[in-house]
Amino acid sequence: MNPANYIVLSAILFSIGAIGVLVRRNAIIVFMSVELMLNAANLAFVAFARMNGSLDGQVVAFFVMVVAASEVVVGLALIVTVFRTRRSASVDEPNLLKY
Amino acid sequence: MPAEGIFSLIWVIIALPFAGAAILLLLGRRTNAWGPYLGIVTVAGSAALAILMAVAMFGRAAESRTVGQDLYTWVLVDRFQVHMAFQLDQLSITFVLLITVVGTLIHVYSLGYMAHDENRRKFFGYLNLFVGAMLLLVLANNYLLLYVGWEGVGLASYLLIGFWQHKPSAAAAAKKAFVINRVGDVGLSLAIMLIFVTVGSVSFHDVFGTVDKANQGTLTAIGLLLLLAACGKSAQFPLQAWLLDAMEGPTPVSALIHAATMVTAGVYLIARSNVIFDHAPTAALVVVIVGCITMLMGAVIGSAKDDIKKSLAGSTMSQIGYMILAVGLGPVGYVFGIFHLLTHGVFKAGLFLGAGSVMHGMHDNVNMRRYGALRAFMVITFVTFVACTLSIMGIPPFSGFWSKDSIIHAAFEQNAFVGALTILAAGITGFYMTRMVIMTFFSKARWEDDVHPHESPKVMTIPLIILGIGALAQGFLMLYWGDIVSWLEPVVGYQEKEVPIPEVLILSLSIGVVLVGAAIAILMYQRRPVPVEAPHGSWLTRAAREELYGNTVNDVLVVEPSLHLTAATTWFDTKAIDGIVGSLASFTGALSGRMRRYQSGFARSYALSMVGGAIIVVLALILVRLS
Repeated sequence: MNPANYIVLSAILFSIGAIGVLVRRNAIIVFMSVELMLNAANLAFVAFARMNGSLDGQVVAFFVMVVAASEVVVGLALIVTVFRTRRSASVDEPNLLKY
Repeated sequence: MPAEGIFSLIWVIIALPFAGAAILLLLGRRTNAWGPYLGIVTVAGSAALAILMAVAMFGRAAESRTVGQDLYTWVLVDRFQVHMAFQLDQLSITFVLLITVVGTLIHVYSLGYMAHDENRRKFFGYLNLFVGAMLLLVLANNYLLLYVGWEGVGLASYLLIGFWQHKPSAAAAAKKAFVINRVGDVGLSLAIMLIFVTVGSVSFHDVFGTVDKANQGTLTAIGLLLLLAACGKSAQFPLQAWLLDAMEGPTPVSALIHAATMVTAGVYLIARSNVIFDHAPTAALVVVIVGCITMLMGAVIGSAKDDIKKSLAGSTMSQIGYMILAVGLGPVGYVFGIFHLLTHGVFKAGLFLGAGSVMHGMHDNVNMRRYGALRAFMVITFVTFVACTLSIMGIPPFSGFWSKDSIIHAAFEQNAFVGALTILAAGITGFYMTRMVIMTFFSKARWEDDVHPHESPKVMTIPLIILGIGALAQGFLMLYWGDIVSWLEPVVGYQEKEVPIPEVLILSLSIGVVLVGAAIAILMYQRRPVPVEAPHGSWLTRAAREELYGNTVNDVLVVEPSLHLTAATTWFDTKAIDGIVGSLASFTGALSGRMRRYQSGFARSYALSMVGGAIIVVLALILVRLS
């Protein structure tokens, strides 16, 4: 199978993730969209590694997974805390930090 | 000669008053109870040492009288070497005696005069500081150390003129004295630099030994710069304006600093630098001219002032004019300039302390139009004041006669015109001193209502009596018993010239003119009632009351242009510089005010701008790749 298709799939997944971040209000969904973008990037890395015949891209994919895992820990903790204080998981409501 | 025996204590003479000042000023209120006595003891100790040294020096042969004491190397920069070293010779010991003895008397007098002042301790601290600095000035063996003393007395003068600084007039007078003195001090510092560049040393010994090798123009420049310094310190024309305002200080200060010692430092400077002036006749001529102008100006101002202290201040200017004139005459005059300085130091201190005693009994009123008929109420003050007056007028056998007559004679030796001017000034002196005595002690009583004149306490009258005796006997004793001429000759040089006019004629002329001046004063003030309000007066009287417009000249030439310059600079600073900086700041402020609106607080809009930015970057990359 042509590896370029994987790149296209990666681009589609990334776009879906980005649009999800921009249009959804629920913090959980936004968070999942971010994960989707990260995994789209992972897919692109692996596909490029395959195309170039080197292992660099695959190694980077592992790093991204570690980062994503840590991000989940911090991000979910934030979302839970915000929900506890405000009874809402909307990303638009906590907007006090502004001009 | 190196310092041995009693002379190894030269540094103690200076250190004692400085130590007194340090204790009084650093320990503060704790010394309130005994501080003034400590102040007197330190100066009296210096006076005792000075007398012992003078006696020891008197016993030596003339050529071994100069003693040097080198304490340590003070400045050592390549060729520039200055030692903390003192030189005690005939000239400096006479000054040391004048400063410490008159200083002790004035310290004692101040004990009574300042008895009710809550800052009495501080006053004595400043007086000690002054005495120490003045001794440093006259004992230094090089110009740089002299300069330290010179600035020290300037500082003490400033502090003491402004001693009652709660009075705005006193604070302003102190500032004025300080600023005008700065002008002179610039002259002295330039002179020292020029001396170092020319000779390669600043010590008196090296400078006077090699100065004849320098060229004429340089020497004249040094001489004129030294004269500028002397003008500032000694209130000579054109830097004379501060002395009359300096009378805002307490009267003992006027007596010690602004009559007897500090204001004569200029005369000391010129007499000490006699070798330089001998080689620069042009500079010496300017010295004589300045002396003549000030001598007449001071006398005219003294004749019109109704404030007893200001009238005496005018007289001081005039008498210092005599001294400056005398030292400008060259070897015929140096000795007599110093001689007059010594007699003047005593009788003028007596006059000021007498004026202080009168003020003490008259509620600190200084207006002579409010005095009158005081002779019966303060007998000791009256008698001593009259003794000092006869002395300053030059009536034989009072001491001023011997010294002033010597100057008049020396002036005739050099130039008949200058001689005639000195006689004229002597006549004016006779007028204003007689006027002062009549307005204060004779004529009718014109006191304010609640004034009860009384004699001052003993602590004030005893110094007056001693100074009065000095005014009577000092001149004769110094001239004939002490032989001042041959005493000072090794240091300042002396030569006598033939005078075309017979001596008897000069003598009778000068005494006659003085008596005429006194007679005019008697006619004007004793025969006629003295009005309490000053009459309008002739143009000369009005001009003299305005100090011959010295302040106006300063205002027009210096103060007004400086104020305009300040205003222009301030305008440039606020409008131009602050304008540029300020508008830059407000522009940045306005810009950031707009920019911060983009911080909306919505996380999703931040995300959108990030995505937008990323898309732009990607598009840019693609476009660059394609092209």
